[in-house]
Amino acid sequence: MGATGQPAGQTRHMHVTREHLVGISGDLTALTAPEARDLLVRRQISATELTHAVLGQIERTETQVRSFITVTAAEALAQARAADVALGGSDPGATPPLTGIPVALKDLFCTTGVQTTAGSRILEGFIPPYDATVVARLRAAGAVFVGKANMDEFAMGSSTENSGYHPTHNPWDVSRVPGGSSGGSAAAVSAGQAIVSLGTDTGGSIRQPASLCSVTGLKPTYGRVSRYGVVAFASSLDQVGPFSIGVEGSAMVLQAIAGADPMDATTAPVAVPDYRATIRDGVKGLRIGVPAEYFTAGMEPDVERLVREAIQTLQGLGATIHPVSLQYSEHGLATYYIIAPAEASSNLSRYNGIKYGLAALDEVDMTRAMDATRQRGFGNEPKRRIMLGTYALSSGYYDAYYRKAQQVRTLIKADFDNAFTSVDVIASPVSPTVAFKMGARIDDPLAMYLSDVCTIPVNVAGLPGISIPCGFDHQGLPVGLQLIGKAFDEATLFRAAFAYEEVTSFHRQRPALASEAHMNQAGRGGVGASASDQSLVPHA
Amino acid sequence: MNLTPEDVDHVATLTRLGITAEDRSRFAEQLSGVLEHFRALQALDTTGISPTAQVFDLHSVMRDDVARPSLPREQVLANAPRQEDGFFRVQAVLET
Repeated sequence: MGATGQPAGQTRHMHVTREHLVGISGDLTALTAPEARDLLVRRQISATELTHAVLGQIERTETQVRSFITVTAAEALAQARAADVALGGSDPGATPPLTGIPVALKDLFCTTGVQTTAGSRILEGFIPPYDATVVARLRAAGAVFVGKANMDEFAMGSSTENSGYHPTHNPWDVSRVPGGSSGGSAAAVSAGQAIVSLGTDTGGSIRQPASLCSVTGLKPTYGRVSRYGVVAFASSLDQVGPFSIGVEGSAMVLQAIAGADPMDATTAPVAVPDYRATIRDGVKGLRIGVPAEYFTAGMEPDVERLVREAIQTLQGLGATIHPVSLQYSEHGLATYYIIAPAEASSNLSRYNGIKYGLAALDEVDMTRAMDATRQRGFGNEPKRRIMLGTYALSSGYYDAYYRKAQQVRTLIKADFDNAFTSVDVIASPVSPTVAFKMGARIDDPLAMYLSDVCTIPVNVAGLPGISIPCGFDHQGLPVGLQLIGKAFDEATLFRAAFAYEEVTSFHRQRPALASEAHMNQAGRGGVGASASDQSLVPHA
Repeated sequence: MNLTPEDVDHVATLTRLGITAEDRSRFAEQLSGVLEHFRALQALDTTGISPTAQVFDLHSVMRDDVARPSLPREQVLANAPRQEDGFFRVQAVLET
């Protein structure tokens, strides 16, 4: 399905050379997805070459970043060889749109024959017998899967420190978190360990790490992308989405994975437009709403300044700015932390040591075996949320908590519906702070939950939201701009984000981390260096 | 809103999490803090507001009732911690 509507993409690029795109360094990992596609189709590079470059980058940087739970190098190279066969045919432009593009998958997407853990020890060794629909669709689109990315256990967290395996480090400052829960997917793209990646977003788990790692991250509308074969956290909120350097890569990935799926009854029978066909249409006349409620008291001054500057930039491009009120969003966090744990407590009841995953085989009594299995297999955050959700659903508390939260959910959604009668897009910060130090919030759940105060209401209302790089604070740490759209109107988000990207270069800046690999680059790397300035390949 | 260690025990039993004594007081404290945050919700007037369980107007999505291929039994059982004669094997359920 995703194979159509792409050929126009090749003609839009001038016939730039490989050297122009990747610089004299020859660093293929700095390519965006549309650039890589262009070079692959014109046989300036091969899929094998690109995959080797990405795997080499993983080898060089993984000890510092630790984006992955599993790296599938051999499978990736086999897929790349198959891609090269396809690209070597008579019409390479007719190959599926992601042919030969290296992709990292958050480790909660079922992948046939490849371990899928959801970041939890309770699923260690679980080998799915089938592909998630999104994985099958990416496979059909020609993608090369380089590995399964680290995450907070069962997608519960905002720092990737809750992984049952190891924490992931922010490529911009390895003493800081990459955000979460899709921290591995964000860090991998940021560090050039994949060209694009896939994550999930239940309360901000794509947008917040995208912001903290300075990459593009999109949470599509609830129902836009199938959740079949995706390890469930909170089923009325979870949604699958892409990470990329530059907005167009996310558009290419969404194009491949979006659309109704008979295996997921919550996918909507809404047509999927050609996202790249309108991405260059600009923002002249676009009405952008700015909700005062999203510039909260705890926000860092640099974050507020950069987000407001980004909104001014969009205004300079012809958009009009309008104040909007989302007064109930301040209750988004409390609403979410009833609804999401309630749904999680139900979804996670399946981990009982019978059908798959960890099992306490030393216990002879079934209930004691379940107790022991879950005690050993779950980390603290899933335990906290299972208990919170069970409490909120338990007899005597249901009306006070769960029903109340569902009613407030109605009010939060009505606020958005009302705002979208007068604006096309809503702009806000993604995260009130830049990336925080590892360990800083791990023992204070509420402080951790506040990381998602600006992103959670979007999930509660089921709307699409995108995070794009909009600058760096005084320490050189990335800040993201959030654009929120009407239901199923991802195309307008891509269009606005692309217009912003065309007049800024924040998305092109790469972390200095990579330049540590070769000291002759010292002093040149860092925040101010553009991708083409920086060689990520050792001069071996 | 304070959760007592007894509340935590009760919920831990419902959830089959085998919460240890060490975890019990820590979780009681942390969950009390989170529940405290919810008090603002209780103050909101939601009289006459219908609850939202899911955001879009999709109801009872039906498909034709036709048999489709499913995974072979060996593949379904391949991840089972214990299996016997083509079945999942579980521990005995003992009267206590």
